[in-house]
Order: sequence, then structure tokens, then C-alpha cells
Amino acid sequence: MSDKIFRVNMTDLSVNIEDVPPEWAGLGGRGLTSTIVAAEVEPKCHPLGPGNKLIFAPGLLSGTSAANSGRLSCGAKSPLTGTIKESNAGGSAAQMLARIGCKALVIEGMPAGDQWYSLHLTQEGVSINEESELIGKGNFAVVEGVSERMGKDLGVITIGPVGEMRLLSANISVKDPDGKLRSHGRGGLGAVMGSKRIKFITIDPADSKVTLHDPDSFTQANRVFTKALADNPISQALGQYGTDILVNIVNEAGALPTRNFTSGQFDGHEKISGEHMHELIKARGGKVRHGCHKGCVIQCSQVYNDKNGRYLTSGFEYESIWAMGADCCVDNLDIIAEADHIMDDIGIDTIETSVAIGVAMEAGVLDFGDGKEILRILREEIGRGTPLGRIIGCGAASTGRAFGITRVPVVKNQAIPAYDPRAVKGIGITYATSTMGADHTIGYTIATNLLNSGGQVDPLSKQGQVELSRNLQIATAAVDSTGMCIFVAFAALDDERCLPALVDMINARFGTKLSVDDVTSLGARILKTERDFNLRAGFTPAHDRLPDFFSSEPVPPHNVTWDFTDEEIDEFWNF
Amino acid sequence: MSHDMKVRVRLFAMFRHGRFRERDIELPPGVTVRQIVESLDIDPEEVGVTMINSRHCSLNDTPSDGDVVAIFPMIGGG
Repeated sequence: MSDKIFRVNMTDLSVNIEDVPPEWAGLGGRGLTSTIVAAEVEPKCHPLGPGNKLIFAPGLLSGTSAANSGRLSCGAKSPLTGTIKESNAGGSAAQMLARIGCKALVIEGMPAGDQWYSLHLTQEGVSINEESELIGKGNFAVVEGVSERMGKDLGVITIGPVGEMRLLSANISVKDPDGKLRSHGRGGLGAVMGSKRIKFITIDPADSKVTLHDPDSFTQANRVFTKALADNPISQALGQYGTDILVNIVNEAGALPTRNFTSGQFDGHEKISGEHMHELIKARGGKVRHGCHKGCVIQCSQVYNDKNGRYLTSGFEYESIWAMGADCCVDNLDIIAEADHIMDDIGIDTIETSVAIGVAMEAGVLDFGDGKEILRILREEIGRGTPLGRIIGCGAASTGRAFGITRVPVVKNQAIPAYDPRAVKGIGITYATSTMGADHTIGYTIATNLLNSGGQVDPLSKQGQVELSRNLQIATAAVDSTGMCIFVAFAALDDERCLPALVDMINARFGTKLSVDDVTSLGARILKTERDFNLRAGFTPAHDRLPDFFSSEPVPPHNVTWDFTDEEIDEFWNF
Repeated sequence: MSHDMKVRVRLFAMFRHGRFRERDIELPPGVTVRQIVESLDIDPEEVGVTMINSRHCSLNDTPSDGDVVAIFPMIGGG
């Protein structure tokens, strides 16, 4: 069975199952979502209008037995940034979409009335159904309601009330193998799904399977790849401590943005650290290791229980913990975990929302460190769509504008995450030049600037940062097209067996003869495609800049500022 | 041997097991970060990152009196 494009038009409620155009055949994940958005979405359209399209695409290797290949890409024009956007999540949906032969699900148009809908996908195609029972419900209730109505084994993609309200930080949740949630977090894609009046999407893979061109070569390459991942010491530490292990090292390096980006170190860092979380999880009977999708051998997720041993959250990530912790000065992991759970349930990006709350704290809306008030705002203001909730729920830039605050850490309206660009200059280049607004995952220079992975480039010097960010952004665009988790990058940077084995798997899946260089040039092509969309949408190099407070306010302890010239930043795009 | 310099040593992740989180240690002047690592029974091969006063350093660097030395295994995230 050959893969198809599943196209759903919400204006006239029609479905088309189309052959894959030859020029899209070699693409998957982000490569495919960005190519379709660039080809079919008018760059100047309103992102919440009928001209935008919401696209889901599993990676090239999703649905196979390849380790760590279960990541799903979701793309559209972002309502938060106005740029092209791809956001990537774990869960079970990518593997199920690949198994039913759905190379991409393209959702276009929007219905005229107030009716809400759900989509149901099988090998045969898509049905569009009216939905009323689960409207207004949180994501956990949607997953539960769908399981009761249609069975536990379906894939589920859902938005919470924040997505229904079309707030600009709304995320899209994906059910994971334990019935919990993973998120397409950034860029407000949940608002795009809400604008199309789709509450949830279910996938029934039945007994479908992905067919491999050369199963023996595939198995052999997967064995090498899996070993490279499992042997890597960083992979092993991720399994033991999760990504939150970064709190202490980023704090020690003086790059942990604290108190709305006024310091690079947080007094309460130990209390929110990965080491502390590890001890709490063990003492409370949670799980230290946990995978966000079947086939993950790194297992950076965890199950975090409360004091009474009851489930509180999982996928409890460094960036979420940093944002509500150091940036809002909350030194209590239980409160941060509860906030994380609420944000997953109402369906809002944890990074954007926490940074927005940090800005609101600076404005005096609430005090720094007031965890109780944060929980109240999440539940009663954002969750219910009050005017204050809508301001904060539209992100850090929205909050800064509403309260007249100038220290607003955003690029292209998207909140800057977990690493201060003054103290880690490579990541500043990534924030500035990213095709999607401030985003750490799109060119994770922290690996080389702070973690000595893939070499060492001094975080405080300007030397080598543009090249480092460019190389990583190109490589990441390629990895994001394979369905692989970005954490395969640590093994790829430091183990020469890793990348060739990955390319061998792609070749064995499709019968292609790609080289590692071909995959790298795919990454460069994807970046150029995304950049071209943004230029056509009206973005210029003047948008590739950090807010001016980074240049004028030195950040302790190193007391450094952002000191790249415009010309030095613009050099990024010379490739 | 004269111990006339005090260095604050911080350990992270699994390096804390059976050791400590932070300790002031008296050391002879000229001691290298590698010697500190070895004195704590940590295999230098397992060390990912070392810093002196929040700046990355090599195992051959020598801290001064009052410096903070941080020793991390290979870790990642993001």
C-alpha cells in the first residue's frame, strides 16, 4: 500500500485521499509540513482564518521499529509569530498515522457556523463528525471520553479550552502509550486547530503495518543505531535524571534566566534540579525512566507523583521547570508539577505561559514566587478565558504590551526559553535567526556551548557562534524530518556510527540511495524554504534581532550583554 | 605538605552518590582539576564538564585559593 495525502476541507466538510506528488515523496515530518505550508498557504493570510492550513506529518521512519522514531510534526502559519511553524511531539499518533499510510493530514478551510467537529482516521480515509459532548473539556477528559466511547487503543490528538478560545499560546496534545499527554507546545498551533473547529482527531490503525523495502538491511541498521543511542553517556544520564538535570549546570554557568531575565543564577536552583527530582520520584514511588513513545531507548520522561504517591505529571521537562521555577522564582517542584498538569489539561504552552507570568510578575499583577496565585491564574483566569487570562494566554509579548513592560524576552513574539543569550551567545544566534521565533530546539548550541558535546565553543565569546548555530539548525531540520527525537543528536554528534545507520534505515525503508550529505542538504533546503515563506509574509532581517534590553542590561554573574552587530547576525543566512 | 589554599568543590548528578554536593577542601597550590577529580575517586574519563568560577576549564587547569570548582558527568537535555 502506498502512502497518501489525507486532505480535509472544513469549509465544505469534504475529504480527499490523494497520491503523493513526486516532489514530496522523499519528505517526512518537518520537511513535509514546511514544504506544504510554503507551497499552499498564502504567506500574508490571517493564521486563524480560512487561508491557513494545519498539517500533521509523521517522520520518514515513524511506524517502523527504528528506535526513537515516533515523533509527529505539526505545521501551519503560526498565530503567535506570524512565521511558518513546525512543532514536534511524541505520543502514539505519528506511528499510527504512518501505519495507516497517511503521509500527511492536511486540514484546510474553516466551517461557517458554530458547530464543533472531530475527525476519525483509518486506512480507508477520514470521517468528519459533529461533536458536542467533549466541547469545553480539558485534554485529559477528552482522552478519557474518547477511550470510553471508541476504545482505548486509538491515537488521539486534541485541544483544550485554550485552543477552543484560539489564544495564541494554545498547544495541541497527543495521547502517549500510557494515556497521558505529549504536546506540540510552541507557536499556538492549538489556536489554528480551534479556528478550524476541530476538538480532537482519532486514529484507528487496526492491524496495519508499514512495509519496508529491505527488511534485513533495516534490522541491521536499526541494531547499530540503537546501540549508538544506548551506549551514549548523555542518553544514559537522560534516562536517569531527565532533562531537568540541566538546571544546575546552566545555573553554574550563569545562564539560567531568573526573575524575568534579570539574573543568570537562581538561589533556589537545587530545589528545582534534576538531582532533587530524582530523589523525590524514588521516595514517592514514581518512575525515573519513561518513554514518550513506543520504541524510545533514551526514556528521558518520568512519572512524577505528589507527596501522597498519586500521579501528578510526566514529561516534566527542564524548560517548563526553569520557566515556572527560576524565571518566576518558584522554588517548589510540587507547585511547578501541578502547574504543568493544569497547563497540559487546559492545553497551553508551558514555556510561553510561564514566561508571560514572569512578565506579569514584573508588572505587579502577582508577586515573584507566588505559586498559589500562579495556580489560580491558570485555572480561573486562563482556563476560563477572563480578560486577564486571555492577555496572559496570548503569550509574553501580549502580556508585556498590555502592562507597558519593556523587559519582554521574545523574538518574533515567541518567548525566549531557558538559556540566557547574553551568557550563551550561540543560542542567541539561534533565537534571532530561527524561522519560528525564539526556540532552543531548532539549533541547540547548548550542546557545544555548555555540555561539551560535539566539541566546545566558549559560550561568552562571539567566535564561532554563527557557524555553530547554522550547522545545528541545518542538521536539526533534517533530523526533524525523519521522525527521530532530537536527543539522537547527542549520539550523532559524538558517535560516528549513528548518522550513517540512520541514513541506512531511511534507504532500507524506501529503497533510496541517500548519503549522509544528501540528508544534510535536505536540512539546508528545508531551512531555505521556511525562510522564503517568512520573507514572503513580510519578515526582513530587521526581525532577526533580540529585544534591546539584552544589549543594555548586563546579566550577572558574568555581567555580559548581547553584543552581536546586525551584520554579524545576518551572516547566518549566507549558505 | 603545606595545605595553604581552600577550594570549594561542587559535584553533580551521579557524582554525588557516596560523596557530597558541595565541600570546601584544603589543597596544595598548583593542584590541577584532574588531581581533584582523581582524589575523589572519579574516573576522569567519565567527566563531561568542569568549571572554575562558572567558566569552563580543562582538567589541566589549576584553581586558585577561594575558587569554586564544579565537576559534572556527561549530561544533556534540552
